[in-house]
Amino acid sequence: MRAAITAGALGALVGAMLAGGILLASAQNQAGNVAIDNFTFNPQILTVKAGTTVTWTNKDDIPHAIAAVGKLFKSKVLDTDNTYSFTFATPGAYAYFCSLHPHMTGTVVVEAATGEAGH
Amino acid sequence: MREKDREQGLNRRRVLECMTWAGTGVLWSMSGGVPHSLGLVDAASAQAARDLTFLQISDSHVGFDKPANPNALGTLEEAVGKIKAMPIKPAFVIHTGDISHLSKVSEFDDADRIISQTRLDVHFVPGEHDFLDEEQKLYRERYGRGTKGAGWYSFDAEGVHFIGLVNVVDLRAGGLGNLGSEQLAWLETDVKDRSGSTPIVVFAHIPLWTVYPEWGWGTEDGGRAIELLKRFGSVTVLNGHIHQVMQKVEGNVTFHTARSTAFPQPAPGSASSPGPLKVADDKLRSLLGIANISFQQGKERLAIIDTPLQG
Repeated sequence: MRAAITAGALGALVGAMLAGGILLASAQNQAGNVAIDNFTFNPQILTVKAGTTVTWTNKDDIPHAIAAVGKLFKSKVLDTDNTYSFTFATPGAYAYFCSLHPHMTGTVVVEAATGEAGH
Repeated sequence: MREKDREQGLNRRRVLECMTWAGTGVLWSMSGGVPHSLGLVDAASAQAARDLTFLQISDSHVGFDKPANPNALGTLEEAVGKIKAMPIKPAFVIHTGDISHLSKVSEFDDADRIISQTRLDVHFVPGEHDFLDEEQKLYRERYGRGTKGAGWYSFDAEGVHFIGLVNVVDLRAGGLGNLGSEQLAWLETDVKDRSGSTPIVVFAHIPLWTVYPEWGWGTEDGGRAIELLKRFGSVTVLNGHIHQVMQKVEGNVTFHTARSTAFPQPAPGSASSPGPLKVADDKLRSLLGIANISFQQGKERLAIIDTPLQG
């Protein structure tokens, strides 16, 4: 209940700020994480705001590599505990897979940053 | 042996039942075009010298040092020791890919240093772990001379036609291994004018038949390759990638996968992922191995013997 009130209050605040024409650069320092574990991307679908940097971390004992279906991004091979980051500037759904084990698939859904929402 | 194999009651299946799945390599023996089993290594030793005998090793993963086997180079060395000690010298070795773990120069160097101690010709095909350098050139520079495309080729030995295929490049999201139309067109041309009585041995890294698609263990257009080879009286398909012995017989086509020399992987669906299987230290070498294959003149089947490093 308390969380709901807080979220509601935040929503009201954001609404008020937008109404006041205040631009928010809220997405710039956001981060998203995807763990590669047991040959799966976790979470398999990650939703972030535009401008978010997403980092994949390989937790497996086998190397993996990240490749966007649309070829927008492609990592080098990631050995155990290696990471790869990509910053998503533009809203959209970005499907990707492991180029070594293509049955491993995931999607990053990028939503418009708060400041652009509803306009 | 699985129940369904027993039900078939075919001679080839009965012969295959005699194979030992203990280990290190597969000994293949071919005569007259159809694969058959020699039985134990000792039985293989009794083969006449004129039979064509060759070895398959696979999935060396040189550079792998995780708990499932902290010393993959050491177990490759043990496998090579087994090969050197064989009473009948094989004609050559086939390596079905994943020579290295991360396509590092040092890993390929180490692999070459050990494998060359067999003093045998080695015919390679790449695994997906051999194309991880950014320019994807190290494998091709070392092993790809005289090959087409990403490294496919064919050669003949003792009347047997050998075809090395590449199914680890240009993989599609959500998909399996992939040969591609260019390679399939080449294959069609390569076998077009050959007599149907020519024994065929095809080798590639990922299984050409669908073993377990949930783990990507199969080749999307593998069936198209098999279709091109169906008219031949004896087709033997040798693969690696899944780090365990598995086989299937379909008409004149025998499919067989070899053990890794580096680490075992779980049986399909028996674990949450196909990741390296950690077993007790004293059990590891019973799950690693090589395969010995021979064509026996005057007989119809190719023999495959899987020999573990130990046990």
